Amino acid sequence: MKVLVAVKRVVDYNVKVRVKADNSGVDLANVKMSMNPFCEIAVEEAVRLKEKGVATEIVVVSIGPSTAQEQLRTALALGADRAILVESAEDLTSLAVAKLLKAVVDKEQPSLVILGKQAIDSDNNQTGQMLAALSGYGQGTFASKVEVSGDNVAVTREIDGGAQTVSLKLPAIITTDLRLNEPRYASLPNIMKAKKKPLEVLTPDALGVSTASTNKTLKVEAPAARSAGIKVKSVAELVEKLKNEAKVI
Amino acid sequence: MTILVIAEHDNKVLAPATLNTVAAAAKIGGDIHVLVAGQGAGAVAEAAAKIAGVAKVLVADNAAYAHQLPENVAPLVAELGAGYSHILAAATSNGKNILPRVAAQLDVDQISEIISVESADTFKRPIYAGNAIATVQSTAAVKVITVRATGFDPVAAEGGSAAVEAVAAAHDAGKSSFVGEELAKSDRPELTAAKIVVSGGRGMQNGDNFKHLYALADKLGAAVGASRAAVDAGFVPNDMQVGQTGKIVAPQLYIAVGISGAIQHLAGMKDSKVIVAINKDEEAPIFQVADYGLVADLFEAVPELEKLV
Repeated sequence: MKVLVAVKRVVDYNVKVRVKADNSGVDLANVKMSMNPFCEIAVEEAVRLKEKGVATEIVVVSIGPSTAQEQLRTALALGADRAILVESAEDLTSLAVAKLLKAVVDKEQPSLVILGKQAIDSDNNQTGQMLAALSGYGQGTFASKVEVSGDNVAVTREIDGGAQTVSLKLPAIITTDLRLNEPRYASLPNIMKAKKKPLEVLTPDALGVSTASTNKTLKVEAPAARSAGIKVKSVAELVEKLKNEAKVI
Repeated sequence: MTILVIAEHDNKVLAPATLNTVAAAAKIGGDIHVLVAGQGAGAVAEAAAKIAGVAKVLVADNAAYAHQLPENVAPLVAELGAGYSHILAAATSNGKNILPRVAAQLDVDQISEIISVESADTFKRPIYAGNAIATVQSTAAVKVITVRATGFDPVAAEGGSAAVEAVAAAHDAGKSSFVGEELAKSDRPELTAAKIVVSGGRGMQNGDNFKHLYALADKLGAAVGASRAAVDAGFVPNDMQVGQTGKIVAPQLYIAVGISGAIQHLAGMKDSKVIVAINKDEEAPIFQVADYGLVADLFEAVPELEKLV
Protein backbone atom coordinates (compact mmCIF):
# COMPACT_ATOMS: atom_id res chain seq x y z
CA MET A 1 0.00 0.00 0.00
CA LYS A 2 0.97 3.61 -0.52
CA VAL A 3 1.81 5.78 2.49
CA LEU A 4 1.78 9.57 2.35
CA VAL A 5 3.80 11.44 4.98
CA ALA A 6 3.53 15.18 5.60
CA VAL A 7 6.59 17.03 6.89
CA LYS A 8 7.07 20.63 7.97
CA ARG A 9 10.13 22.86 7.97
CA VAL A 10 10.32 24.59 11.36
CA VAL A 11 12.83 26.39 13.54
CA ASP A 12 15.14 23.82 15.17
CA TYR A 13 13.82 22.66 18.53
CA ASN A 14 16.99 23.72 20.35
CA VAL A 15 16.77 27.34 19.22
CA LYS A 16 15.40 29.82 21.73
CA VAL A 17 13.41 32.12 19.49
CA ARG A 18 13.20 35.89 19.89
CA VAL A 19 10.21 38.06 19.21
CA LYS A 20 10.78 40.82 16.61
CA ALA A 21 10.94 44.37 17.97
CA ASP A 22 7.92 45.44 15.89
CA ASN A 23 5.84 42.55 17.33
CA SER A 24 5.04 41.22 13.87
CA GLY A 25 6.34 37.74 14.63
CA VAL A 26 9.42 35.87 15.76
CA ASP A 27 12.79 36.49 14.17
CA LEU A 28 13.62 33.58 11.86
CA ALA A 29 16.40 35.27 9.88
CA ASN A 30 19.62 33.24 10.08
CA VAL A 31 18.08 30.75 12.51
CA LYS A 32 18.70 27.02 12.08
CA MET A 33 15.72 25.26 10.50
CA SER A 34 14.98 21.52 10.67
CA MET A 35 12.29 18.96 10.08
CA ASN A 36 9.65 19.20 12.82
CA PRO A 37 10.50 16.42 15.37
CA PHE A 38 7.05 14.84 15.16
CA CYS A 39 7.35 14.70 11.36
CA GLU A 40 10.66 12.80 11.74
CA ILE A 41 8.75 10.24 13.77
CA ALA A 42 6.11 10.07 11.02
CA VAL A 43 8.75 9.43 8.34
CA GLU A 44 10.39 6.76 10.51
CA GLU A 45 7.08 4.95 11.02
CA ALA A 46 6.42 4.91 7.27
CA VAL A 47 9.91 3.55 6.60
CA ARG A 48 9.39 0.82 9.20
CA LEU A 49 6.07 -0.11 7.57
CA LYS A 50 7.94 -0.45 4.29
CA GLU A 51 10.66 -2.56 5.90
CA LYS A 52 7.93 -4.85 7.29
CA GLY A 53 6.52 -5.24 3.78
CA VAL A 54 3.29 -3.45 4.66
CA ALA A 55 4.00 -0.28 2.69
CA THR A 56 5.11 -0.45 -0.94
CA GLU A 57 5.70 3.22 -1.63
CA ILE A 58 6.33 6.23 0.59
CA VAL A 59 5.47 9.66 -0.77
CA VAL A 60 6.57 12.60 1.36
CA VAL A 61 4.91 15.98 1.00
CA SER A 62 5.69 19.41 2.38
CA ILE A 63 3.87 22.70 2.03
CA GLY A 64 5.93 25.83 2.35
CA PRO A 65 8.74 27.89 0.83
CA SER A 66 11.16 26.46 -1.74
CA THR A 67 13.70 25.96 1.05
CA ALA A 68 11.45 23.19 2.41
CA GLN A 69 13.05 21.05 -0.32
CA GLU A 70 15.88 20.51 2.20
CA GLN A 71 13.50 18.78 4.59
CA LEU A 72 12.03 16.72 1.74
CA ARG A 73 15.56 15.61 0.74
CA THR A 74 16.12 14.62 4.39
CA ALA A 75 12.98 12.49 4.29
CA LEU A 76 14.13 10.92 1.00
CA ALA A 77 17.49 10.12 2.61
CA LEU A 78 15.64 8.44 5.48
CA GLY A 79 13.82 6.12 3.08
CA ALA A 80 10.94 7.92 1.34
CA ASP A 81 10.64 7.10 -2.37
CA ARG A 82 9.58 10.42 -3.83
CA ALA A 83 8.64 13.90 -2.74
CA ILE A 84 6.07 16.58 -3.47
CA LEU A 85 6.50 20.23 -2.54
CA VAL A 86 3.47 22.46 -2.63
CA GLU A 87 5.24 25.77 -2.84
CA SER A 88 3.73 28.72 -1.02
CA ALA A 89 5.63 31.69 0.34
CA GLU A 90 2.90 32.86 2.72
CA ASP A 91 2.27 31.62 6.22
CA LEU A 92 -0.59 29.16 5.90
CA THR A 93 -3.07 28.16 8.58
CA SER A 94 -3.69 24.53 9.49
CA LEU A 95 -6.95 24.53 7.56
CA ALA A 96 -5.24 25.79 4.40
CA VAL A 97 -2.54 23.13 4.79
CA ALA A 98 -5.19 20.46 5.37
CA LYS A 99 -7.01 21.53 2.18
CA LEU A 100 -3.78 21.34 0.18
CA LEU A 101 -3.01 17.93 1.66
CA LYS A 102 -6.53 16.80 0.78
CA ALA A 103 -5.84 17.73 -2.85
CA VAL A 104 -2.61 15.69 -2.71
CA VAL A 105 -4.50 12.78 -1.11
CA ASP A 106 -7.07 12.90 -3.93
CA LYS A 107 -4.25 12.80 -6.48
CA GLU A 108 -2.12 10.11 -4.82
CA GLN A 109 -4.84 7.94 -3.20
CA PRO A 110 -2.68 6.66 -0.32
CA SER A 111 -4.02 4.01 2.10
CA LEU A 112 -2.43 5.70 5.06
CA VAL A 113 -1.45 9.30 5.74
CA ILE A 114 0.96 9.93 8.61
CA LEU A 115 1.55 13.37 10.11
CA GLY A 116 3.14 14.66 13.31
CA LYS A 117 0.76 15.47 16.15
CA GLN A 118 1.82 19.11 16.20
CA ALA A 119 4.41 21.47 14.77
CA ILE A 120 6.68 22.99 17.39
CA ASP A 121 6.39 26.48 15.91
CA SER A 122 2.63 27.11 15.79
CA ASP A 123 1.82 24.43 18.42
CA ASN A 124 -1.61 24.09 16.79
CA ASN A 125 -2.22 20.33 16.79
CA GLN A 126 -4.90 20.64 14.09
CA THR A 127 -3.76 19.61 10.60
CA GLY A 128 -4.15 15.81 10.88
CA GLN A 129 -7.61 16.07 12.38
CA MET A 130 -8.67 18.61 9.74
CA LEU A 131 -7.35 16.46 6.91
CA ALA A 132 -9.28 13.50 8.34
CA ALA A 133 -12.46 15.59 8.39
CA LEU A 134 -11.99 16.87 4.83
CA SER A 135 -11.22 13.43 3.42
CA GLY A 136 -13.87 11.70 5.55
CA TYR A 137 -11.32 9.21 6.90
CA GLY A 138 -10.92 7.90 10.42
CA GLN A 139 -8.22 9.47 12.57
CA GLY A 140 -5.74 7.94 14.99
CA THR A 141 -4.18 10.93 16.74
CA PHE A 142 -1.26 10.98 19.22
CA ALA A 143 -0.26 7.46 18.15
CA SER A 144 2.25 5.49 20.21
CA LYS A 145 1.71 2.21 18.31
CA VAL A 146 0.45 1.42 14.81
CA GLU A 147 -0.48 -2.04 13.54
CA VAL A 148 -1.89 -2.59 10.07
CA SER A 149 -3.87 -5.79 9.52
CA GLY A 150 -5.84 -6.27 6.34
CA ASP A 151 -8.21 -3.37 5.74
CA ASN A 152 -7.81 -1.97 9.25
CA VAL A 153 -5.21 -0.26 11.33
CA ALA A 154 -5.09 -0.53 15.12
CA VAL A 155 -3.74 2.64 16.69
CA THR A 156 -2.75 2.94 20.34
CA ARG A 157 -3.11 6.57 21.37
CA GLU A 158 -1.65 8.55 24.23
CA ILE A 159 -4.56 10.09 26.14
CA ASP A 160 -4.66 12.16 29.33
CA GLY A 161 -5.17 9.24 31.70
CA GLY A 162 -3.09 6.58 29.92
CA ALA A 163 -3.46 4.81 26.59
CA GLN A 164 -6.41 3.99 24.32
CA THR A 165 -6.57 1.68 21.33
CA VAL A 166 -8.90 2.30 18.40
CA SER A 167 -9.37 0.39 15.16
CA LEU A 168 -9.72 2.42 11.97
CA LYS A 169 -10.84 1.41 8.49
CA LEU A 170 -8.26 2.13 5.81
CA PRO A 171 -7.63 4.61 4.33
CA ALA A 172 -6.96 6.47 7.56
CA ILE A 173 -5.03 9.40 9.02
CA ILE A 174 -2.49 8.93 11.81
CA THR A 175 -0.68 11.61 13.82
CA THR A 176 2.44 10.63 15.71
CA ASP A 177 3.30 11.13 19.36
CA LEU A 178 6.81 11.15 20.79
CA ARG A 179 6.78 7.53 21.92
CA LEU A 180 5.85 5.98 18.57
CA ASN A 181 9.47 5.32 17.62
CA GLU A 182 13.03 6.58 17.69
CA PRO A 183 13.84 8.18 14.31
CA ARG A 184 17.03 6.99 12.55
CA TYR A 185 19.76 9.20 11.17
CA ALA A 186 20.38 9.54 7.47
CA SER A 187 23.64 7.94 6.33
CA LEU A 188 25.96 9.77 3.94
CA PRO A 189 25.41 7.31 1.03
CA ASN A 190 21.65 7.67 1.50
CA ILE A 191 21.94 11.47 1.53
CA MET A 192 23.78 11.25 -1.81
CA LYS A 193 21.20 8.84 -3.25
CA ALA A 194 18.36 11.09 -2.06
CA LYS A 195 19.59 13.83 -4.39
CA LYS A 196 18.56 11.67 -7.35
CA LYS A 197 15.09 10.76 -6.09
CA PRO A 198 12.16 12.54 -7.79
CA LEU A 199 10.84 15.78 -6.27
CA GLU A 200 7.76 17.33 -7.84
CA VAL A 201 6.90 20.99 -7.23
CA LEU A 202 3.25 22.08 -7.27
CA THR A 203 1.40 25.27 -6.39
CA PRO A 204 -1.87 25.83 -4.49
CA ASP A 205 -3.31 27.27 -7.72
CA ALA A 206 -2.41 24.16 -9.68
CA LEU A 207 -4.19 22.09 -7.03
CA GLY A 208 -7.18 24.43 -7.22
CA VAL A 209 -7.12 25.20 -3.49
CA SER A 210 -7.88 28.57 -1.92
CA THR A 211 -5.69 29.28 1.10
CA ALA A 212 -7.83 32.14 2.44
CA SER A 213 -8.01 32.24 6.21
CA THR A 214 -10.46 33.28 8.93
CA ASN A 215 -7.62 33.86 11.41
CA LYS A 216 -5.40 36.92 11.56
CA THR A 217 -2.41 37.35 13.87
CA LEU A 218 -2.55 40.91 15.18
CA LYS A 219 0.71 40.83 17.12
CA VAL A 220 3.31 38.56 18.68
CA GLU A 221 4.85 39.47 22.03
CA ALA A 222 7.43 38.03 24.37
CA PRO A 223 5.87 36.31 27.38
CA ALA A 224 5.99 38.10 30.73
CA ALA A 225 9.39 37.49 32.29
CA ARG A 226 9.54 35.89 35.72
CA SER A 227 11.24 38.01 38.36
CA ALA A 228 14.60 36.67 39.43
CA GLY A 229 14.56 34.12 42.20
CA ILE A 230 17.01 33.43 44.98
CA LYS A 231 19.23 30.49 45.87
CA VAL A 232 18.69 29.06 49.32
CA LYS A 233 21.50 27.40 51.26
CA SER A 234 19.68 24.58 52.98
CA VAL A 235 16.49 22.54 52.97
CA ALA A 236 15.51 24.17 56.28
CA GLU A 237 15.80 27.62 54.70
CA LEU A 238 13.76 26.44 51.70
CA VAL A 239 10.95 25.16 53.93
CA GLU A 240 11.00 28.38 55.95
CA LYS A 241 10.70 30.50 52.75
CA LEU A 242 7.90 28.35 51.35
CA LYS A 243 5.96 28.58 54.61
CA ASN A 244 6.48 32.21 55.59
CA GLU A 245 7.44 34.10 52.46
CA ALA A 246 5.66 32.35 49.58
CA LYS A 247 2.99 30.84 51.87
CA VAL A 248 2.40 27.91 49.53
CA ILE A 249 2.73 25.05 52.03
CA MET B 1 -24.21 35.55 21.05
CA THR B 2 -24.58 32.01 22.26
CA ILE B 3 -21.61 29.84 23.10
CA LEU B 4 -21.48 26.06 22.97
CA VAL B 5 -19.09 24.42 25.44
CA ILE B 6 -18.23 20.75 24.93
CA ALA B 7 -18.24 18.94 28.27
CA GLU B 8 -15.16 16.88 29.10
CA HIS B 9 -16.17 13.67 30.85
CA ASP B 10 -15.83 9.89 31.04
CA ASN B 11 -19.62 9.19 31.04
CA LYS B 12 -19.55 9.16 34.86
CA VAL B 13 -17.81 12.30 36.10
CA LEU B 14 -17.62 15.80 34.66
CA ALA B 15 -13.92 16.72 34.34
CA PRO B 16 -12.80 19.91 36.15
CA ALA B 17 -11.34 21.33 32.90
CA THR B 18 -14.96 21.93 31.82
CA LEU B 19 -15.25 24.58 34.55
CA ASN B 20 -12.21 26.45 33.20
CA THR B 21 -13.69 26.27 29.71
CA VAL B 22 -16.99 27.71 30.94
CA ALA B 23 -14.94 30.49 32.61
CA ALA B 24 -13.43 31.35 29.21
CA ALA B 25 -16.93 31.33 27.70
CA ALA B 26 -18.13 33.70 30.44
CA LYS B 27 -15.32 36.12 29.56
CA ILE B 28 -16.47 36.13 25.91
CA GLY B 29 -20.00 36.92 27.13
CA GLY B 30 -23.41 35.64 26.01
CA ASP B 31 -25.58 32.63 26.79
CA ILE B 32 -23.61 29.48 27.56
CA HIS B 33 -24.88 26.05 26.53
CA VAL B 34 -23.03 22.85 27.43
CA LEU B 35 -23.08 19.74 25.23
CA VAL B 36 -22.72 16.37 26.93
CA ALA B 37 -22.13 13.74 24.25
CA GLY B 38 -21.73 10.23 25.60
CA GLN B 39 -23.55 7.11 26.64
CA GLY B 40 -25.37 6.79 29.96
CA ALA B 41 -23.95 10.14 30.99
CA GLY B 42 -26.97 11.31 33.01
CA ALA B 43 -24.88 12.15 36.07
CA VAL B 44 -22.57 14.26 33.92
CA ALA B 45 -25.53 16.20 32.50
CA GLU B 46 -26.85 16.82 36.03
CA ALA B 47 -23.44 18.10 37.12
CA ALA B 48 -23.22 20.31 34.02
CA ALA B 49 -26.65 21.81 34.77
CA LYS B 50 -25.39 22.95 38.18
CA ILE B 51 -22.38 24.87 36.80
CA ALA B 52 -22.70 28.58 37.57
CA GLY B 53 -23.57 30.59 34.46
CA VAL B 54 -24.76 27.75 32.24
CA ALA B 55 -28.13 28.44 30.59
CA LYS B 56 -28.83 25.10 28.93
CA VAL B 57 -27.41 21.58 28.80
CA LEU B 58 -27.77 19.51 25.64
CA VAL B 59 -27.46 15.76 26.07
CA ALA B 60 -26.68 13.49 23.14
CA ASP B 61 -26.91 9.98 24.53
CA ASN B 62 -25.93 7.33 22.03
CA ALA B 63 -23.69 4.26 21.88
CA ALA B 64 -21.79 5.96 19.02
CA TYR B 65 -20.57 8.66 21.42
CA ALA B 66 -19.57 6.32 24.27
CA HIS B 67 -15.82 6.64 23.72
CA GLN B 68 -15.71 10.13 22.24
CA LEU B 69 -14.66 8.83 18.84
CA PRO B 70 -14.08 11.99 16.77
CA GLU B 71 -15.50 10.45 13.58
CA ASN B 72 -18.89 10.30 15.36
CA VAL B 73 -18.75 13.20 17.81
CA ALA B 74 -17.37 15.84 15.41
CA PRO B 75 -20.34 15.68 12.98
CA LEU B 76 -22.67 16.03 15.98
CA VAL B 77 -20.81 19.09 17.27
CA ALA B 78 -20.57 20.61 13.79
CA GLU B 79 -24.31 20.10 13.21
CA LEU B 80 -25.34 21.58 16.57
CA GLY B 81 -22.57 24.18 16.64
CA ALA B 82 -23.37 25.74 13.26
CA GLY B 83 -25.95 27.97 14.95
CA TYR B 84 -23.62 29.22 17.69
CA SER B 85 -21.19 32.15 17.73
CA HIS B 86 -18.45 30.14 19.46
CA ILE B 87 -17.65 26.47 20.09
CA LEU B 88 -15.29 25.89 22.99
CA ALA B 89 -13.62 22.77 24.35
CA ALA B 90 -10.88 22.21 26.88
CA ALA B 91 -7.43 21.59 25.37
CA THR B 92 -7.38 18.03 26.72
CA SER B 93 -6.52 15.01 24.59
CA ASN B 94 -10.25 14.71 23.78
CA GLY B 95 -10.71 18.37 22.95
CA LYS B 96 -7.61 18.43 20.75
CA ASN B 97 -8.76 15.27 19.01
CA ILE B 98 -12.30 16.36 18.22
CA LEU B 99 -12.39 20.13 17.76
CA PRO B 100 -10.12 20.56 14.69
CA ARG B 101 -12.31 17.99 12.95
CA VAL B 102 -15.32 20.15 13.81
CA ALA B 103 -13.59 23.31 12.55
CA ALA B 104 -12.71 21.70 9.21
CA GLN B 105 -16.30 20.48 8.80
CA LEU B 106 -17.49 24.05 9.39
CA ASP B 107 -14.74 25.32 7.04
CA VAL B 108 -13.21 27.70 9.61
CA ASP B 109 -9.76 28.01 11.13
CA GLN B 110 -9.44 26.96 14.75
CA ILE B 111 -7.65 28.83 17.53
CA SER B 112 -5.81 26.37 19.79
CA GLU B 113 -5.06 26.64 23.51
CA ILE B 114 -6.13 30.21 24.22
CA ILE B 115 -4.84 31.65 27.51
CA SER B 116 -6.86 34.85 27.52
CA VAL B 117 -9.91 36.48 25.96
CA GLU B 118 -9.26 40.01 24.65
CA SER B 119 -12.69 40.43 23.08
CA ALA B 120 -15.38 38.24 21.53
CA ASP B 121 -13.22 37.70 18.43
CA THR B 122 -9.65 38.23 19.72
CA PHE B 123 -7.65 35.83 21.85
CA LYS B 124 -4.11 35.26 23.10
CA ARG B 125 -2.28 31.97 22.72
CA PRO B 126 1.28 30.78 23.22
CA ILE B 127 3.40 29.68 20.25
CA TYR B 128 6.98 28.34 19.95
CA ALA B 129 6.74 26.34 23.19
CA GLY B 130 5.48 29.38 25.08
CA ASN B 131 8.40 31.59 24.02
CA ALA B 132 6.02 33.97 22.26
CA ILE B 133 2.41 34.98 22.80
CA ALA B 134 0.31 35.61 19.70
CA THR B 135 -2.82 37.76 19.65
CA VAL B 136 -5.17 36.21 17.10
CA GLN B 137 -8.38 37.60 15.65
CA SER B 138 -11.02 35.36 14.10
CA THR B 139 -13.45 36.52 11.43
CA ALA B 140 -15.15 33.12 11.28
CA ALA B 141 -18.94 33.00 11.60
CA VAL B 142 -18.48 30.26 14.19
CA LYS B 143 -15.31 30.63 16.26
CA VAL B 144 -13.87 27.24 17.14
CA ILE B 145 -11.51 27.40 20.10
CA THR B 146 -9.72 25.11 22.54
CA VAL B 147 -9.03 26.53 25.99
CA ARG B 148 -5.91 25.99 28.06
CA ALA B 149 -7.34 25.26 31.51
CA THR B 150 -4.48 26.89 33.41
CA GLY B 151 -5.24 30.22 31.71
CA PHE B 152 -8.66 30.56 33.37
CA ASP B 153 -9.83 30.23 36.98
CA PRO B 154 -12.67 27.70 37.10
CA VAL B 155 -16.25 28.88 37.61
CA ALA B 156 -18.23 27.47 40.54
CA ALA B 157 -19.40 23.89 40.05
CA GLU B 158 -22.59 24.63 42.01
CA GLY B 159 -25.19 27.37 41.91
CA GLY B 160 -26.61 27.04 38.40
CA SER B 161 -29.90 25.43 37.44
CA ALA B 162 -29.82 24.99 33.69
CA ALA B 163 -32.50 23.17 31.75
CA VAL B 164 -31.47 19.79 30.39
CA GLU B 165 -32.56 19.00 26.83
CA ALA B 166 -32.08 15.75 24.93
CA VAL B 167 -30.61 15.87 21.42
CA ALA B 168 -31.75 13.16 19.07
CA ALA B 169 -29.03 13.47 16.43
CA ALA B 170 -27.11 10.23 16.02
CA HIS B 171 -24.01 10.08 13.88
CA ASP B 172 -22.18 6.82 13.40
CA ALA B 173 -19.62 7.22 10.64
CA GLY B 174 -18.60 3.56 10.85
CA LYS B 175 -14.97 4.50 10.23
CA SER B 176 -13.61 3.66 13.66
CA SER B 177 -14.22 1.54 16.71
CA PHE B 178 -13.00 1.51 20.29
CA VAL B 179 -10.81 -1.49 21.13
CA GLY B 180 -9.70 -0.88 24.69
CA GLU B 181 -7.90 1.39 27.07
CA GLU B 182 -5.34 1.19 29.80
CA LEU B 183 -5.67 3.92 32.37
CA ALA B 184 -3.00 4.67 34.93
CA LYS B 185 -4.29 4.26 38.47
CA SER B 186 -3.37 6.88 41.01
CA ASP B 187 -4.75 8.05 44.36
CA ARG B 188 -2.89 11.33 44.11
CA PRO B 189 -4.54 14.51 42.79
CA GLU B 190 -4.82 14.88 39.03
CA LEU B 191 -1.70 16.50 37.59
CA THR B 192 -3.38 19.33 35.69
CA ALA B 193 -5.61 20.33 38.63
CA ALA B 194 -3.22 19.85 41.58
CA LYS B 195 -2.28 22.82 43.79
CA ILE B 196 1.21 21.40 44.27
CA VAL B 197 3.21 19.38 41.74
CA VAL B 198 6.46 17.54 42.46
CA SER B 199 8.31 16.53 39.27
CA GLY B 200 11.35 14.37 38.65
CA GLY B 201 13.75 14.26 35.75
CA ARG B 202 16.71 12.30 34.49
CA GLY B 203 18.50 13.08 37.77
CA MET B 204 16.21 10.58 39.54
CA GLN B 205 18.37 7.87 37.88
CA ASN B 206 15.70 5.15 37.92
CA GLY B 207 12.01 4.49 38.43
CA ASP B 208 12.49 3.10 41.91
CA ASN B 209 13.95 6.40 43.12
CA PHE B 210 10.65 8.12 42.33
CA LYS B 211 9.49 6.70 45.70
CA HIS B 212 11.25 9.67 47.30
CA LEU B 213 9.06 12.03 45.26
CA TYR B 214 5.90 10.02 46.01
CA ALA B 215 6.62 10.24 49.74
CA LEU B 216 7.14 14.01 49.51
CA ALA B 217 4.05 14.40 47.31
CA ASP B 218 1.86 12.45 49.73
CA LYS B 219 2.98 14.66 52.61
CA LEU B 220 2.14 17.80 50.58
CA GLY B 221 -1.04 16.43 48.98
CA ALA B 222 0.71 16.95 45.65
CA ALA B 223 0.58 15.34 42.21
CA VAL B 224 3.73 13.83 40.72
CA GLY B 225 4.96 14.80 37.27
CA ALA B 226 8.04 14.09 35.18
CA SER B 227 10.23 15.48 32.44
CA ARG B 228 10.44 13.85 29.02
CA ALA B 229 13.84 12.43 29.93
CA ALA B 230 12.32 10.54 32.87
CA VAL B 231 9.48 9.23 30.69
CA ASP B 232 11.72 8.21 27.79
CA ALA B 233 14.04 6.42 30.19
CA GLY B 234 11.03 4.40 31.36
CA PHE B 235 11.11 5.67 34.96
CA VAL B 236 7.41 6.62 34.84
CA PRO B 237 4.47 6.39 32.38
CA ASN B 238 3.85 8.92 29.56
CA ASP B 239 0.80 10.49 31.10
CA MET B 240 3.01 11.99 33.84
CA GLN B 241 4.98 14.10 31.35
CA VAL B 242 4.88 17.87 31.88
CA GLY B 243 5.89 20.05 28.93
CA GLN B 244 5.12 21.32 25.42
CA THR B 245 4.05 17.86 24.30
CA GLY B 246 2.82 16.58 27.64
CA LYS B 247 0.59 18.25 30.19
CA ILE B 248 0.49 21.98 30.89
CA VAL B 249 0.30 22.74 34.62
CA ALA B 250 0.19 25.97 36.61
CA PRO B 251 0.02 24.98 40.28
CA GLN B 252 0.63 27.18 43.31
CA LEU B 253 3.91 25.36 43.87
CA TYR B 254 6.00 23.40 41.38
CA ILE B 255 9.01 21.51 42.73
CA ALA B 256 11.42 20.41 39.97
CA VAL B 257 13.81 17.72 41.16
CA GLY B 258 16.72 16.62 39.00
CA ILE B 259 15.28 18.48 35.98
CA SER B 260 17.66 20.62 33.92
CA GLY B 261 14.90 22.85 32.53
CA ALA B 262 14.87 22.41 28.74
CA ILE B 263 12.69 24.83 26.70
CA GLN B 264 10.17 22.05 26.09
CA HIS B 265 9.78 21.31 29.81
CA LEU B 266 9.50 24.97 30.81
CA ALA B 267 6.64 25.32 28.28
CA GLY B 268 4.56 23.08 30.54
CA MET B 269 5.19 24.65 33.95
CA LYS B 270 6.55 28.18 33.81
CA ASP B 271 3.19 29.72 34.69
CA SER B 272 3.32 28.07 38.11
CA LYS B 273 3.01 30.63 40.94
CA VAL B 274 6.12 29.51 42.82
CA ILE B 275 8.83 27.34 41.29
CA VAL B 276 11.38 25.48 43.38
CA ALA B 277 14.37 23.78 41.76
CA ILE B 278 16.53 21.16 43.43
CA ASN B 279 19.52 20.31 41.27
CA LYS B 280 23.16 19.60 41.89
CA ASP B 281 24.23 21.48 38.74
CA GLU B 282 24.16 25.17 39.63
CA GLU B 283 24.36 26.07 35.93
CA ALA B 284 21.11 24.21 35.11
CA PRO B 285 18.70 26.47 33.16
CA ILE B 286 15.90 25.59 35.59
CA PHE B 287 17.46 28.01 38.10
CA GLN B 288 16.69 30.89 35.71
CA VAL B 289 12.95 30.44 36.25
CA ALA B 290 13.01 29.14 39.84
CA ASP B 291 11.86 31.43 42.65
CA TYR B 292 13.81 29.31 45.11
CA GLY B 293 16.76 27.27 44.00
CA LEU B 294 18.67 24.73 46.06
CA VAL B 295 21.96 23.40 44.75
CA ALA B 296 22.13 20.01 46.41
CA ASP B 297 22.11 16.26 45.86
CA LEU B 298 18.44 15.38 45.50
CA PHE B 299 18.90 12.07 47.32
CA GLU B 300 19.79 14.01 50.47
CA ALA B 301 17.60 17.07 49.95
CA VAL B 302 14.30 15.35 49.07
CA PRO B 303 14.11 13.04 52.14
CA GLU B 304 15.10 15.97 54.36
CA LEU B 305 12.44 18.15 52.74
CA GLU B 306 9.87 15.41 53.33
CA LYS B 307 10.77 15.35 57.03
CA LEU B 308 10.58 19.12 57.44
CA VAL B 309 7.27 19.91 55.70
